[in-house]
Amino acid sequence: MITQILFYLFAAVLLISAATVVSARNPVHSVLFLILAFFNAAALFLIAGAEFLAMTLVIVYVGAVAVLFLFVVMMLDVDFAELRSGFQRYAPIGATVGAILFVELALVLGGWKLAPAASGSLASPMPPGMSNTEALGRLLYTDYVFLFQAAGLVLLVAMIGAIVLTLRDRRTSRHQVIRNQVDRKPADTIEVLSVGLGTGIRELGIYRPKVVEEETVATADAHGDGGHGAGGHGHGH
Amino acid sequence: MTEVGLGPYLVVSAILLVLGVFGIFLNRKNVIVILMALELILLAVNLNLVAFSAAHNDLTGQILAMLVLTVAAAEAAIGLAIVVVYFRNRGSIQVEDVNLMKG
Repeated sequence: MITQILFYLFAAVLLISAATVVSARNPVHSVLFLILAFFNAAALFLIAGAEFLAMTLVIVYVGAVAVLFLFVVMMLDVDFAELRSGFQRYAPIGATVGAILFVELALVLGGWKLAPAASGSLASPMPPGMSNTEALGRLLYTDYVFLFQAAGLVLLVAMIGAIVLTLRDRRTSRHQVIRNQVDRKPADTIEVLSVGLGTGIRELGIYRPKVVEEETVATADAHGDGGHGAGGHGHGH
Repeated sequence: MTEVGLGPYLVVSAILLVLGVFGIFLNRKNVIVILMALELILLAVNLNLVAFSAAHNDLTGQILAMLVLTVAAAEAAIGLAIVVVYFRNRGSIQVEDVNLMKG
């Protein structure tokens, strides 16, 4: 009895939040209601006895996919009000298609019955006395190991694809030029000076690098000049 | 599962699927909401698979649901990456502008 009440509660919240996802004005609200919908779907999975999938749903969707959506929605500077301009225009055709689809599904559900022999030909019946996670793991790593690896491959391709699509070479980023590094000789960079007794190294300018790069020149020169200027002033006065 | 039965699950899943399809039509200009509606449709599929798996006491449905979950996550990642690249090129994510890419 309690299970049924919980089922209808979670199902109602799931459907309401799904309706809000597709009709919210603000896409950020859509994403948040999507998270709510996935939480409730996870609860329905739990009621059905699929604990592992319920937890996976929460981790994968709430932890990764919803954050991905939120990230993209907030990163793109899109005028979402303008994107909704065709809302009223598309609503009738959407409602028509949805109603037709729903009537078809209702017809299928109404005239459908489980074959009596179906329960005799199960591919992998749930072993008794075993938790859902353990049974699923035993099945996944034996009978369905190739499917499991294919799923991993799909994720790998998705990861590489997403990186390749969005990675861009900025002009401002500074890359490592390996040839220059290998070509560097000690004589280019190191200078041996004989510093007399009592002379400060600052006056010989040892602090300044012999080979200077553009950016470091600016800062180093500013520093060096400042130091020198201050030192000169001190000496002069 | 025995307390609730298969029927209510199938009804909830059918309504969810219809809501997803309706969402695709309703937000024809906004790719991000279309992707979210796709996630809803895939969630309906998952709900169906799990409901049948529990009703038949057969674990294959749950394994298939896990694979659907994987594909849905990959699809979301790739789709959002395409949206980001498209926004960089055009400055908008209007679906109707996409046909400018033909040729």
